[in-house]
Amino acid sequence: MWKFIVRRLFITAPQIVLLSVLVFLMAQMMPGDALSGLIDPNIDPQAIEQQREKLGLNNPWYVQYKDWVVSALQGDLGQSFRFKMPVTDLVEQRLINTFWLSLATLIITYLIAIPLGITSGRFNDTLRDQIITGYTYIGFATPLFIFALVMLWLFGFHFQWFPTSGSVAPGSEAGSLSYVISKLHHLLLPAISMALITTVNTVQYLRSEIIDTKQKDFIITARAKGASESRVYNRHILRNSLLPIAAFFGYEITGLIGGTVFVEFIYSYPGMGLLFMDSILQRDYSVVTSVVLLFGIASILGALLSDIILSLIDPRIRIK
Amino acid sequence: MDSKHAYVEETQEQMRSVKSPSGISIMWRELVRDKVALFSLIFLILITTFVYGISLFLSQEEIVTVDLFAIHEPPSSEYWLGTDYGGRDIFGQLIIGTRNSLSIGILVTLMTGLIGIIYGLVSGYYGGTIDNMLMRIVDFFMILPFLMVIIVFVAIVPKYTILSFSLIMTAFLWMGIARLIRSKALQERELDYAQASRTLGSSHLKIMFTQVLPNLSSLIIVTMTLNLAANIGLESGLSFLGFGFPESTPSLGTLLGYARNPQTLEFRWWVWVPAAVLIFILMLSVRNVGEALKRATDARQRRG
Repeated sequence: MWKFIVRRLFITAPQIVLLSVLVFLMAQMMPGDALSGLIDPNIDPQAIEQQREKLGLNNPWYVQYKDWVVSALQGDLGQSFRFKMPVTDLVEQRLINTFWLSLATLIITYLIAIPLGITSGRFNDTLRDQIITGYTYIGFATPLFIFALVMLWLFGFHFQWFPTSGSVAPGSEAGSLSYVISKLHHLLLPAISMALITTVNTVQYLRSEIIDTKQKDFIITARAKGASESRVYNRHILRNSLLPIAAFFGYEITGLIGGTVFVEFIYSYPGMGLLFMDSILQRDYSVVTSVVLLFGIASILGALLSDIILSLIDPRIRIK
Repeated sequence: MDSKHAYVEETQEQMRSVKSPSGISIMWRELVRDKVALFSLIFLILITTFVYGISLFLSQEEIVTVDLFAIHEPPSSEYWLGTDYGGRDIFGQLIIGTRNSLSIGILVTLMTGLIGIIYGLVSGYYGGTIDNMLMRIVDFFMILPFLMVIIVFVAIVPKYTILSFSLIMTAFLWMGIARLIRSKALQERELDYAQASRTLGSSHLKIMFTQVLPNLSSLIIVTMTLNLAANIGLESGLSFLGFGFPESTPSLGTLLGYARNPQTLEFRWWVWVPAAVLIFILMLSVRNVGEALKRATDARQRRG
């Protein structure tokens, strides 16, 4: 077990280093630097040149990379040129919002996927299964951003059941009950939109997993020894089919990241995805690189988590 | 003599009829039997000819020229689907947009396919250390938040053209097909025909590209079809966010992008609904065809 985790960590570490190099290269390719925002005719170009020297912007790239990594490790991701504040402070609040949105999406995803997948797998090729399969079929073909847009139009503007932007109603006091309710109200529609599309993967996977397990020998044995139908499903089939789904939890993070960019942008939900879009439109590049770096690390860790869960529940992976 | 000749002819005929049908003909049969897929294919052929045909007679410059006297016109006999905030005809943009979206979708699918196939074949065929190294690179690309990385590259590329846009998309989308081809090639190289060919002295290149590759053709067709649907979706998504085609080159996503304005979203359906419906139908049709082809490659799932 530990041997597997250590070996897996040997893959993770270079991945993070490679990611940091990629992000650093992206930052280097971006026009302007930390001082471009300060340039104005009243400032002596000589003084800027001095500042540049002082900040190490004239150093060779490997020295700059080292400086950048060291300061990033200390939690200093640079200065946002648009907000005139450290990126770390800026990111903090947004990160919490995105975390809640992702969590709500994940919960709804599994709330939809598990009952639908079980029904569809247990009663395969019945009408119920066909309806569910039809839903997954359409879900696969619908781009998330179109679906989110239609949901916003329908439930946000037309029926006005949900707010159309923001993460909390202005004026509500943090910590009060109405604040929590308002938060929930704001993230429900984006989370549902995202979950309804991303869940189809899990539904289909669970369905085929259950259909496969149904035909295994140990299920025949269970039936032969007289286990009731519900016991066969709940104790024997489900337990075996749900484990891989649990393991994919970590990989879902990568998918969620792409989703939050679209969903937060459409619903003007102030999270990391919207911060990313705003910053890149305003050319606030130090924020852009930080968001890419953080999201990259999040998906690397997600993949690590998934592999560890998989190895816990499936010994074959460990032995290999 | 004559009768013997006829006999030989007849046995050959029989042998030919016994020979199992080729992958392509199985695919075709499956496609024809599945009415939904067949309908989707006909629809796709019709819309492609229509869009490419009509756009020969439409001038892109004329359509994207701003007309301040016709801003946000609702649908009328002059503007079939109304106009956008620049007084540009939506119907014309829809035609040109579909053409542009399809073109780039096909281009990116072909380029990612080419890279993925070669990469996967080399990795799977050689196996061992080479495979191990190549797959670690794929692993790295797979976990990148590719949507964001593509957006960043689109934003910072100095000379931004359609070609550079498709190259950027290709650079971050070739891994899926590479991984699939690799796992198949890994199985194929163990098979007798590949081993025998090697014993007879064929070069690795010859085995890979003239012997293993044809056996993967049905898999490649299926994957590329499904990828085409995904790429059309991704391109329109990027254009929607404002990081795909520039506004002077409308895509289906550009039209949807106008709906970022709440006024347009709420009151001017003609700007974005047709494009949304069209993307949905396009992706659904391509996927229908792809799924039917996929069933054809798996004998247990075939309907025909």
